[in-house]
Amino acid sequence: MRLIKSTAIQIKDKIVSGEIQAKDVVRSLFEWIRETEPNVQAYITLNEEEALKKAAEIDKKIENNEQIGLLAGVPLAIKDNICTKNLYTTCASKILKDFIPLYDAFVIDRLKEEDAIIIGKTNLDEFAMGSSTENSSYKITCNPWNFDCVPGGSSGGSAAAVASDLAVMALGSDTGGSVRQPAALCGIVGVKPTYGRVSRYGLVAFGSSLDQIGTLTKDVKDAALLLKVISGNDLYDTTSAREPVPDYIDGIDSSISDLRIGIPREYFAEGLNCDVLKAVKDALKVYERLGAKIIDISLPHTEYAVAVYYIIANAEASSNLARYDGVRYGFRASNANGVISMYCRTRSEGFGNEVKRRIMLGNYALSAGYYDAYYLKASKVRNLIKSDFDTAFKKVDCIICPTSPIPAFKIGERANNPLEMYLSDIYTIPANLAGIPGISIPCGFSKEVLPIGMQILGQHFEEKKLLQIAYAFERETDFHLKKPVFKVSSAKI
Amino acid sequence: MGMDRKNIEYIAHLSRIELMVNEEEMFIRQLSDILSYVNKLNKINTENVKPLVYPLNMSNVFRDDELDESSSREEVLSNAPSTMGFFFKVPKVIE
Amino acid sequence: MEYEVVIGLETHAELSTITKLFCGCSTKFGSEPNTQICPVCLGMPGVLPVMNRKAFEYALKIAITLNCDINRFTNFDRKSYYYPDLPKNYQISQNYSNLGINGYMNIEVNNTIKKIHIHNVHLEEEAGKLIHPEEIGADYSLVDFNRAGVPLLEIVSCPDMRNIDEVESYMQTLRKILLYTGVSDCKMQEGSLRFEASISLRQKGSEKLGNRVEIKNLNSMKSVLRAVEYEIKRQSIVLDKGETVARETRLWDEVAERSERMRSKEEAQDYRYFPEPDLLPVFIDEKWLNIIRDTIPELPLARKQRFMETLKLSEYDACVLTEEKVLADFFEKCVNVLNRPKAFCNWIINDLLREVKDRKLDIHNLPIQPKQLISLVEIVEKGTISSTIAKEVFSEMVQTGKDPQTIIEEKKLAQISDESLIEAVIEKIITSNPEAIEDYKKGKKNALAFLIGQVMKEMKGKANPKIVNKLLKDKVGI
Repeated sequence: MRLIKSTAIQIKDKIVSGEIQAKDVVRSLFEWIRETEPNVQAYITLNEEEALKKAAEIDKKIENNEQIGLLAGVPLAIKDNICTKNLYTTCASKILKDFIPLYDAFVIDRLKEEDAIIIGKTNLDEFAMGSSTENSSYKITCNPWNFDCVPGGSSGGSAAAVASDLAVMALGSDTGGSVRQPAALCGIVGVKPTYGRVSRYGLVAFGSSLDQIGTLTKDVKDAALLLKVISGNDLYDTTSAREPVPDYIDGIDSSISDLRIGIPREYFAEGLNCDVLKAVKDALKVYERLGAKIIDISLPHTEYAVAVYYIIANAEASSNLARYDGVRYGFRASNANGVISMYCRTRSEGFGNEVKRRIMLGNYALSAGYYDAYYLKASKVRNLIKSDFDTAFKKVDCIICPTSPIPAFKIGERANNPLEMYLSDIYTIPANLAGIPGISIPCGFSKEVLPIGMQILGQHFEEKKLLQIAYAFERETDFHLKKPVFKVSSAKI
Repeated sequence: MGMDRKNIEYIAHLSRIELMVNEEEMFIRQLSDILSYVNKLNKINTENVKPLVYPLNMSNVFRDDELDESSSREEVLSNAPSTMGFFFKVPKVIE
Repeated sequence: MEYEVVIGLETHAELSTITKLFCGCSTKFGSEPNTQICPVCLGMPGVLPVMNRKAFEYALKIAITLNCDINRFTNFDRKSYYYPDLPKNYQISQNYSNLGINGYMNIEVNNTIKKIHIHNVHLEEEAGKLIHPEEIGADYSLVDFNRAGVPLLEIVSCPDMRNIDEVESYMQTLRKILLYTGVSDCKMQEGSLRFEASISLRQKGSEKLGNRVEIKNLNSMKSVLRAVEYEIKRQSIVLDKGETVARETRLWDEVAERSERMRSKEEAQDYRYFPEPDLLPVFIDEKWLNIIRDTIPELPLARKQRFMETLKLSEYDACVLTEEKVLADFFEKCVNVLNRPKAFCNWIINDLLREVKDRKLDIHNLPIQPKQLISLVEIVEKGTISSTIAKEVFSEMVQTGKDPQTIIEEKKLAQISDESLIEAVIEKIITSNPEAIEDYKKGKKNALAFLIGQVMKEMKGKANPKIVNKLLKDKVGI
């Protein structure tokens, strides 16, 4: 078995015990990347030289019996909208082509402190705007389970990398489901923490009141480990919470026998693929067998979530993306006359259509005369959506529902209908609006052998409980152990 | 309220985005679709509902008035598309 | 036709914090271009703002001082517009819940107090600086972001001013308040205090406001006054012709002494304000308000009045003393120890200020302390030195920073009060000036003054004039 098929915890244990060296892990990973990446196209930038250097440092530390970090020698992939000092950060946009940040994001600092090894920067929908990773200016990432399908998005590169062992773990960002949905579509574990749990400092902003960095891992325990490393208060992000960070692994195997699971009836409605429905229903049976109670609940404002989301996220995005103007960094169009023309040309050539669409929609929702009808109205309905969850959590400990209404769809299938694409985030968006945590775990396969994910939602800062609930299921099933079989002849897993 | 040519041109200008004629048509169509979908919000009575802007109930986070190191000018300017001397250079700005 | 002039002012004051509003870069003025910048104030991808507590408290202090209602729950908004000196292409400012609203400030014009209402006080960030090269035909501008992110206080008055005098008094009073409270250095030449005026004219007696014109690019108080004057004239000419004044923004040209249209109302910017999600709201409780309230000193106008009423100073004296807070503080420290307001006032206004001017001293860093001036006044009162000698001592004090007692001892300036010493000199003068004695006896009073002068001269001015006077009268009177 190839080293890199293992989980982060397994790899780290072997490195610490001296059974293997960090540089063996990195070397074998890059070997596999050279073989497989041409088919998957998960990465925008690879960081091989630095990764090998870092691996050597870690090996030396172990040799010298020095203190080593929680992620010692674990190869990690980073979504390319998280700033990495001295390493390209493009947001999959032409406007940030060749942009090199002057600083590391908070989460990157944390990973480095814990001796993780950064393998490269992964593909995404431009500025994280999309659900399929098709909106990248650089490449289209394929779903490892079927190269004709999308990996989901916007953290599609990170999800595809982990699912095809091109990285052992990865970071993504989740504004409306961008970690959970690709995790579901690629058959891995994705966690979107509570808003404020992880510092956003260094995450290139899309929707500031919704964005949260999340984890993509092969199993629940790896998620618990990675989440522990990246969580915590950061003085450079005033919206980051001061809540203490628990040890998410400690007690992860606690019994869930008295658990009350809420099933929101609005989530099991029209548009839900029948394979997905069946997989989630089967999963609930596993929980019942473990002693959990299944309780029917209602989240009455669910049908408005997508509308609210597209106003708020895009209003915030329209202003967050105003800074890409060709003055201080990034791309500048060459054929401008005058400063306004420089702005317009730079942005027209630098941004793709989905980004333009959202910037214009956001500006419209904020413009004179429309603010009350759109932005303000949406912010009020957002409050109602949050209240729905508050009410529900008085009766139940968690909510379980599908992560995505459908398994991975074909590349190009939805590219020309933005609204239809937006509606595929219907189950993930409400958690971002309410700021609550969510986790997606593999719970089955479709007839076409595409992975299906199940989402578990909890109250603010209840990540630990969610991980326990997820782990209880994972222990009873083997969906997380299934690997895609590459049809490519050279692939030898 | 629908999206028409005048609107899209105004919004495109606010966004500092230049649109080709065929792009204009595409965006008018797509934004109209999205807006009519979004208009479903008008069905809800939000009369006594407060807007939610900050997902967490937190307030009053400050830093002390203490100096931090600034960035190196050379490093900062090296990221800029156009510079002159110690400055960022832009096309002439007419007041 | 006769018009009523309606004027409102928007004031921007850079706050004198050490660091910028949202990052730890220095706010120091005049550094080399682009040396006080970091990812945050440059609006690099991924950065977030963190509010400087001191800047917020300074803004709060002014909102309280200007008698505003304080929004107990305040937050920040993004104001969007594209300009190369604005790194994020939005400015973090306040719009929906300004820190302070509905305030007022009293100004004094021709001995009458007038209340000018304050529409709002809010905190925002400064932009960078654009440099337009002077070379002819240059097709570029340059940007320096050192100022970008410096905390900026905006104070918006209601359109309550009716003439130039009120505008001037408003600017002066506000400037003094900002200086008194220590929140801004108000250096107009460095741009840390700026004004924008909005002016409209209406027929006398009419309630309806006329079309408003905003004037920008006013670099000094003088240019504000000139621009307002110019605008009043310009608008009355338009109205006299029966035309309407266009609602627009105009730029003042200091050299040409006239304004030019910058943009019309139709071209007005659509700022798309919305709540800044990256900065949490601020809740201001009573306790915090009281702490800030305690840091607000007595304001110049109130202090001036107190000086006039309780210390019986003339209006002129009170005015000069309260012009600068440090002077008034100096004065009060003296008076609190020794109740001689007039004496201290004279020393400060006449002597101290002259020395400051002649020697180009920094008023905030005076070489003499209140206790030194107190002891000088005491010494004069005791008669140890005459007031003429005292001036010499004072000058020496300012030059050397030494105590008056030390100077008097070192220079042997103490008055001679020993009657036998003085008598000996008087004898000598009487002997050598018989005519003067004769004149005095005949009733010529000024002969006595001459004799006193002679005695003082003989004793190098150090004789106690009271004793000289008494002894001389005794001698020649018999």
